[in-house]
Amino acid sequence: MSKPNIIVVGGGSAGLMATIKAVEKGATVKVFSLVPPKRSHSACAQGGINGAINTIGEGDSPENHFQETIYGGDFLANQTLVRDFCYAAADIIYMYDRMGVTFNRTPEGLIDLRGAGGTKFHRVAFAGGTTGQQLLYALDEQVRKLEEQRLVEVFYPWDLMASVIDEGGVCRGVVLQNMITMEIKAFAADAVIIATGGLGYIFGKSTNGIANTGSAVGGLYQQGLQYANGEFIQIHPTAIPGDDKNRLMSETCRGEGGRIWVYKDGKPWYFLEEWYPAYGNLVPRDIATRAIFKVCVEMGLGIDGENKVYLDLSHLDPDYLQRRLGGILDMYQIFVGDDPKKVPMQIFPTVHFTMGGLWVDFQQMTSVPGIFAAGECDYQYHGANRLGGNGIPACTFAGDLAGRSAVEYCKSLSKGSDAVSTALFEREKKRCEDWDANIRRMNGTENPYKLHQEMGEWMNNNVTVIRYNDRLKATDEKLCELIERYGNIGIEDNAAWTNQVVPFTRHLWNMLQLSRAITLGALQRNESRGAHYKPDYPERDDVNWLKTTIACYTAAGPQLSYQEVDTSLIKPRPRRYDVDKAVVTHA
Amino acid sequence: MPNDIHLRIKRQATSTAESYWEEFKLPYRPRQNIISCLMEIRRNPVNAAGKRTTAVVWECNCLEEVCGACTMVINGRPRQACSALVDKLSQPLTLEPLRKFPVYRDLMIDRQVMFDNLRRVRAWIDIDGSYPVGPGPRVFEKTRLWAYELSRCMTCGCCMHACPQVNSRSSFIGPAAVAQVRLMNVHPTGSLQADERLAALIRAGGASECGNAQNCQKACPKNIPLVTSIADINRQLTVRGLLGWLRS
Repeated sequence: MSKPNIIVVGGGSAGLMATIKAVEKGATVKVFSLVPPKRSHSACAQGGINGAINTIGEGDSPENHFQETIYGGDFLANQTLVRDFCYAAADIIYMYDRMGVTFNRTPEGLIDLRGAGGTKFHRVAFAGGTTGQQLLYALDEQVRKLEEQRLVEVFYPWDLMASVIDEGGVCRGVVLQNMITMEIKAFAADAVIIATGGLGYIFGKSTNGIANTGSAVGGLYQQGLQYANGEFIQIHPTAIPGDDKNRLMSETCRGEGGRIWVYKDGKPWYFLEEWYPAYGNLVPRDIATRAIFKVCVEMGLGIDGENKVYLDLSHLDPDYLQRRLGGILDMYQIFVGDDPKKVPMQIFPTVHFTMGGLWVDFQQMTSVPGIFAAGECDYQYHGANRLGGNGIPACTFAGDLAGRSAVEYCKSLSKGSDAVSTALFEREKKRCEDWDANIRRMNGTENPYKLHQEMGEWMNNNVTVIRYNDRLKATDEKLCELIERYGNIGIEDNAAWTNQVVPFTRHLWNMLQLSRAITLGALQRNESRGAHYKPDYPERDDVNWLKTTIACYTAAGPQLSYQEVDTSLIKPRPRRYDVDKAVVTHA
Repeated sequence: MPNDIHLRIKRQATSTAESYWEEFKLPYRPRQNIISCLMEIRRNPVNAAGKRTTAVVWECNCLEEVCGACTMVINGRPRQACSALVDKLSQPLTLEPLRKFPVYRDLMIDRQVMFDNLRRVRAWIDIDGSYPVGPGPRVFEKTRLWAYELSRCMTCGCCMHACPQVNSRSSFIGPAAVAQVRLMNVHPTGSLQADERLAALIRAGGASECGNAQNCQKACPKNIPLVTSIADINRQLTVRGLLGWLRS
């Protein structure tokens, strides 16, 4: 076989890292992305990137990082790969450093660090308040160099429609649609790496970009790929509510000394500091979100009686804040009008991160041979709750591993994709063309964007911070109703050129299918763990629920099964943040 | 407080079709931005004359002014639609695609030339490989601070739109790519390839084509010091020219 021919779908941090690694290991790569890689959602990571580089003399270690990640994830993550990730995280920071990322520096010129939730160590390397942007650009620049060397081709805007799976159940390529010309085309590949990110757009408003529909993953799920831990959706405690989306205010605002409070009896009440004396404002996101919910919804103490609390930086030095958080403080000022260096910000929790994703093995391969997944679209690294600062390094680690594994896999193949019959590709392409044509013919009365809004509102109201079984059941019934009404959509734009309505309608279908997997996964899981919280089952239940949810698509709805979690390295124990318990030192 | 939001949008069905204006009236809600207006139109594609029409095509992703996708001309000024707040703009709100770039459809444009420019000037740090070999070179915070400002360029195209020298009769590569050469050249590892980048920049229609109109810096949504960067690159080119002459 000649050089391995690999297709990467998605141009964010995971996809670009997979590309770089696969090329270094001898493959040629085609990257297909819905947006130019520089405009990927990785750019929105603000706070920074975790890694125990210990440049400020606190004695941090990869073992601490590992323990806190497992503990923060409420013991749902498979431990072996999380350990590998945490032990690699310092090298990941240094790789970005060598690529030229403008990390903030100590006086001596070393990489400076700051704090985030779920740890007392300063472990977050950062570039102002826009770290994800600088990290993504670094990878984008390296991939551009590989383009110049003719080892990589980057294509956008292309949308994944389907994988091409042969009679033996092995993936041999993909079918994609060009979002400008609307051409539908099949591409052969020895291996495919999916790096299409999270699915926040399912919830209507979230911190996610508009491209984060989860459609690519939803389509693959319907082709038989297993979807794991769908019910684990992170709600970020601090975002600016908006009309078009909710904008993130980084956790590192608190890492830099920001405090959360509301008025109680006419005086500021720092409820996180009171309830969680050990970690205070730096409790993990699920804990902070539930506390803010309790204060606003149950106690009615939100600002002006509304669902808002203060995130206060105004006691800190303005120059210090500008150097370390400037980008996002400017953003707050643009969108809200107040200067956070002078007055407290007003924030509320919103959907932020998809912990669940395509099931992958310890080589990042999905349940279909030849398809790998990496980044927010995989389920591997964050368990039931992701720690702040672990997003980009886990995407990078997973991308690196997927790139390496995909090349190894290609070398093990007895025949390459060039030896596969063209009829296989033609068949899948035809199916996709028919799908597109069928959508174009829809002439009912429903508007796809309105249906999406309705889906988002239901998901947001019932499948986020606090979950009740009766409401989850009602939500699934609503989703089934929306799937019915989907058939009555009317397509008002039939243009054959740069048509956004037809692909969105396809995305909506895929979103509806994934929504059911998320909702029913939540309904089944009668316990509370990490981001999944049921007041009727307030405790974690390791006897019955220390297991991974696996959803398999059937025409009748998702079929759920469960898989054992790898707890081979750290024994599960109760998770508390009112006292110090995140790291256990072994004798 | 207005009762509705009045939009005038320049539309174009294909790259070669004639453009035309279409007007929309949307119910007023406080704290809207241009994105939420365009989203409202696609939920109910009816124009100001009450006739059903097609949803407006535009590009967006982050909606936080970090990705650069939703750049368009709003009331005559190039900027991101996400951070253009209706309450701060005079009506009617006029939306046009950025000039200087081919239009795909409506407000969606082809900015590929900007990414190609980054490739032409070799805007990357030449590392040996992505494998672990320890930290990179030390960088001092004073230098890092201004380098960081340059590293925030979203390749949005506002500077290209505003620059009179970026046109079909000039080969000027535009301010964004020049600033990225400066960013790469100040990095300790990047400086090792500084000459190659400067040579590529000369070939590509480099900084000497700048007419010093200084519109770019005013147009940049991130206040990137583009004018200073172009001047600095001109200085680097001069020094390199002198050294080259001394060496020969």
